[in-house]
Amino acid sequence: MSEVLVITSGKGGVGKTTTCANIGTGLAKMGYKVCMIDTDIGLRNLDVVMGLENRIVYNLVDVVEGNCRVKQALIRDKRHSSLYLMPCAQTRDKSSVNPEQMVKLIRHLRDIFDFILLDCPAGIEQGFQNAVAGADRAIVVTTPEVSAVRDADRIIGLLEAREFDKIELVINRMRNDMVKRGDMMSATDVMDILSVPLLGVVPDDENVVISTNQGEPLVGTNTPAGKAYQNISDRVSGKDVPLTMELGQISFWTKISGIFHKK
Amino acid sequence: MWRNIKVKNIFKRKSSKEIAKDRLKILLISDRVNCSAETLEMIKHDIAKVISKYMKIDANSMEIQISKTGSREKGNLNPVLNANIPILDMNK
Repeated sequence: MSEVLVITSGKGGVGKTTTCANIGTGLAKMGYKVCMIDTDIGLRNLDVVMGLENRIVYNLVDVVEGNCRVKQALIRDKRHSSLYLMPCAQTRDKSSVNPEQMVKLIRHLRDIFDFILLDCPAGIEQGFQNAVAGADRAIVVTTPEVSAVRDADRIIGLLEAREFDKIELVINRMRNDMVKRGDMMSATDVMDILSVPLLGVVPDDENVVISTNQGEPLVGTNTPAGKAYQNISDRVSGKDVPLTMELGQISFWTKISGIFHKK
Repeated sequence: MWRNIKVKNIFKRKSSKEIAKDRLKILLISDRVNCSAETLEMIKHDIAKVISKYMKIDANSMEIQISKTGSREKGNLNPVLNANIPILDMNK
């Protein structure tokens, strides 16, 4: 029943790694066996977001090149015993791994884990091709900005061409105060444009920076982003969590602002 | 100077969110039309060949491009192939 998800966005800096770390931790808290693979060779970051940067010995490139066994490269999380991270090489480039090798590695990991999360690099080149090769589902992360939505649309087009089982959207850094003023696209607006089912909306929350500083994902904590990531993790695991928290509030305000901004 | 500012315009001003949405809708259509320059050149060549059977045209100054029509409000903008073919003589 193991599921392989790729977390991607096209544009850099929208929160792929943060989203990956939080969904992974969220699923592990529910008791699932989870493996997160950082595929951003040369610019790895998932290890620092998870606070595991001091434990790296072997990495993804060592595994595909046969320098170590798969299990030697898997780092067990500090807090959750069912959560593992496979870091990637920092001193190599994206061409060190090819899609066939990724497919082979993931096939091996499917026997061990319930969920495999692939943290995709920005861009649509080799690194993206590697990350999407072995995945069944995709989570596209975007922010309510023109540039990020444009890149998300491009990525969705590429994923659709590869016939993914599921493509879902996470909208990150939403600011409800700006949406109320009519100065930021709401979740509904972004969904209208991209026409992909919504997995969740993460509010712009300074606690995300604090949690990254500490190397501890904030999923499940009593913070706006922590609650949003908890909902997202629940939905990924298959629980039916209604989108009322994400959309109910926003659509009310878009209605109000719509009265003032009628063309 | 003050006469030019109408009260109506203050209320008609678009929010930046609306501007972002409108820009994205246009932008994504051209992004989604995945048509390479070579393909367009081949289409252009073939169109010129067909039309030349019936009338004399200026194939060198002929232009083709993909644009979008439809109503932006309803969100059904469709890509359209436009060909601009100067006719030199209606009767060949």
